[in-house]
Amino acid sequence: MSDPFLAPNTEPAPEEIELRAAEAGQDYEVQLESLNQWQLAWRKFRKHRLAIVGLAILIVLIAAAIFGPILSPFVFNEIPRPDKAVYAGRPPSLNHPFGETGGLQRDVLQLVVNGARTSLIIGFSSMAIGVLIGTVVGALAGYLGGFIDNILMRIVDVMLSLPLLFVILVASQFFGNGNVLLIIIIFGVFSWMGIARLVRSLFLSIREREFVEAAKAVGVRDRRIIFRHILPNAISPIVVSASLIVAGNIIGEAFVSFLGFGVNPIYPTWGNVLSNALTFIPVGNWWWPLFPGLAIIMTVLAVNFIGDGLRDALDPRSRA
Amino acid sequence: MTETIELHVLGAPPPDDILLDVRNLRTIFHVMDGDVPAVDGVSFQLRPGRSIGIVGESGSGKSVTALTIMRLLDIPPAEVGADSEIWFDGKELLRMPMDSMRKLRGNDIAMIFQEPLTSLNPVFTIGDQIAEQVEIHLKVKRKEAWDRAIESLKLVGIPSPERRVKQYPHEMSGGMRQRVMIAMALSCEPKLLIADEPTTALDVTIQAQILELLKTIQDRTDSALMLITHDLGVVAEMVEDVVVMYAGQVVETGTVEQVLLEPRAPYTMGLIESIPTVDKRGGRLSVIKGTVPSPFNLPPACRFEPRCPYAWDLCRNVPPELYPTDQASQFARCHLHTPAGETRRSAALDVHEKAMTVGRDVRGPA
Repeated sequence: MSDPFLAPNTEPAPEEIELRAAEAGQDYEVQLESLNQWQLAWRKFRKHRLAIVGLAILIVLIAAAIFGPILSPFVFNEIPRPDKAVYAGRPPSLNHPFGETGGLQRDVLQLVVNGARTSLIIGFSSMAIGVLIGTVVGALAGYLGGFIDNILMRIVDVMLSLPLLFVILVASQFFGNGNVLLIIIIFGVFSWMGIARLVRSLFLSIREREFVEAAKAVGVRDRRIIFRHILPNAISPIVVSASLIVAGNIIGEAFVSFLGFGVNPIYPTWGNVLSNALTFIPVGNWWWPLFPGLAIIMTVLAVNFIGDGLRDALDPRSRA
Repeated sequence: MTETIELHVLGAPPPDDILLDVRNLRTIFHVMDGDVPAVDGVSFQLRPGRSIGIVGESGSGKSVTALTIMRLLDIPPAEVGADSEIWFDGKELLRMPMDSMRKLRGNDIAMIFQEPLTSLNPVFTIGDQIAEQVEIHLKVKRKEAWDRAIESLKLVGIPSPERRVKQYPHEMSGGMRQRVMIAMALSCEPKLLIADEPTTALDVTIQAQILELLKTIQDRTDSALMLITHDLGVVAEMVEDVVVMYAGQVVETGTVEQVLLEPRAPYTMGLIESIPTVDKRGGRLSVIKGTVPSPFNLPPACRFEPRCPYAWDLCRNVPPELYPTDQASQFARCHLHTPAGETRRSAALDVHEKAMTVGRDVRGPA
C-alpha cells in the first residue's frame, strides 16, 4: 500500500545540499547600495532644514574664525590712532561695517572676528575635554559596574552638587589669569558629568546585548569591547549632547568674561568684548555690544539646531 | 569577572583521546531569593571530532553548562563549585588565567549563540567582525584576515561573499546572519564548537539548512560539536552521543540510538512518549505530569520523583546516582537500575513500550 504523503526518504548528496543552500541564498540578493551609519544619518540630516541653516552659519563663523584673524590680526598693544577724539566711538560705516568702539576706537568687526576664534576654540576644545573625560568615566562605570561604578558616580554626584558658576568664577580668578588654555581646561573639567551619566546608562544597556557576549566568546579583551564594540553603538546620543555642551560652554565663557573673570582682554572673546562695551552703552554706543552679542546668539542657536538635527538623524527610531 | 576560583587538588588530566572532560560541574547563582544550583554535578566527556547533544527543557542548565565551559558567566553572582573541573585539550579551564582563556575562546573553542539577529554588532560590517577574530587569534595582517573572512563566508554557502563582507548585519536575513555566525565560529578552525540552540530563532526551512550546514562543516573540519537543544528531532539528526539534563543534573547519557530508542531514565521515557508520531494515531498523547521543580525548593532525593510514575519510597529518601543500565555505555540517574529496583524496571519498560505504541489497538486492524 503506497501512501502519497510518505514520499521515499532519499538523502540528497552533500554537494546538492550546498547547491540548494546557495540557491536559497540567491533569493536574498537585492542590488542596493549599502549605506553605513553615517551615510544614513547624513541623508536624514539633510532633510532637517533648520539644522542645515545652523550648519551653514557655523561654517561661516568657523571660516571667519580661521581666516579673519589672518586678514586683520588683532594686536592689543598697537593703539589705533584716534583721528578725532570721539569718546563714544563711531557707528557702522562703509569703512567699519560694525562701527568703532568708544575709547580706543577699535574696529568692532575686527574684534568680533578675532573673538570668534577664541570663543569657538574655547567652546569646542572644552567640549572635547568634557566628552573625553565623561565618556571614559561613564564607560568604565557602566561596563565594570559594582564598586568602581559606585565610586565614579559618587564623584559625579559631588561635582554636580557644586555651585558650578561660583566654582568656575573662583577657579578662573585663581588659576585662569586670563589664559585661554586654562579657561578651556576649567570649562572642560566642569562639563563632563552629564556625559558621564549618559554614557554610563548607555553602557549599562548595551553591555547586556548579545553581541557583547558574542565578542567575549571569541576572545576579545575588555578594553576592546568597551571602545570598539560598545562605544560605537553609543556614539549618537554622545554626539548630540556634545553639541549642546559647545553651546553651553560658549555662553559660559561669555558670562565669565563678562563678569571680568574670564579671558584677558588682550585676547578678544565675545564675552570680554561685551564686557568692555558695558560702560559705553549709556553714551549711546549700541553697536559695540550688539555685534558680539549677535555672534553669541547666532552660534548658540546654530549649534543647538545642529544638535537637534543630529538627534533626529542619528536616532534609528525616527524615520524622517 | 573574577579570575579563577579557589584552588583545590586537581584530578589527573584525561587521556589524550578525550578532548573535553567535564567533571562534577556545579554552577550556583547567588540571587536575591537564595542560591540557585543551575548546574549540579554534571560530568561528561567528548572525544575529538565527535558530537554530543545536551538535551533538556528550559532551565535545566544546558546553556549554563556551556557558558561555564566558556567562562562567560560573571562571578559573582555565579559561583563554580570548588571541586568542579573542566579539562579541554589537556588543560584545566576553570583555573586558567583569564588571559589564556581569552586566547582559547574563538580560537580553540567557538560558540554559536541562539539569537543570530542580536549576536552581531550592528555598527560593523560582517567582514570587520570575522576579520577581527582572525586578527586577534591568528595574528595575521588585516588583508589576510579579510581574505579569510571571505573564504569562511564562502564555506558556509553565502553567495557573492566578496560583496557580503562589506555589508552590515541589518542587511541580512536571520538565516544569513546565522550563517555568518557559523562562518565566524569556523574562521579559526576550532577544535570544539559549542552551538547553543543555533536554530531556535529561525524558521523551519532555514533550520534544516543551518543544521545540514553545521553537520557538513563539522565533518569537513573535523571539529567536535557540542549541540545544546531542546529539540529531540535535531538531536536525532545531528549528534552521536546524548546527555539528557533535568533540573541541573544529568539524568541519562548514552549514544543517540540508545537514548532515543531505548531510554532508561523515566524522565527521558516521558519525553519521548510525549512526541506525537504516526504510530500513536488515535490515542491520547502521554504527557509528563506536573512541572519542573522550583530551584529554590528541589525535592530532597530524586528531583524527578514528584512527577515520576514509577517512584517508590527509595526515590523519596535516597538521591539516585548515574547507574549503568542493561546497555553498555548508557547510564541513567534512576533507582530502577539498582538491584532494589530490578522488579519494577521490567514493569516500567513494559509501560514505556506500550506508551510508544498507544492507540494502535484502539483503531483495530485496518
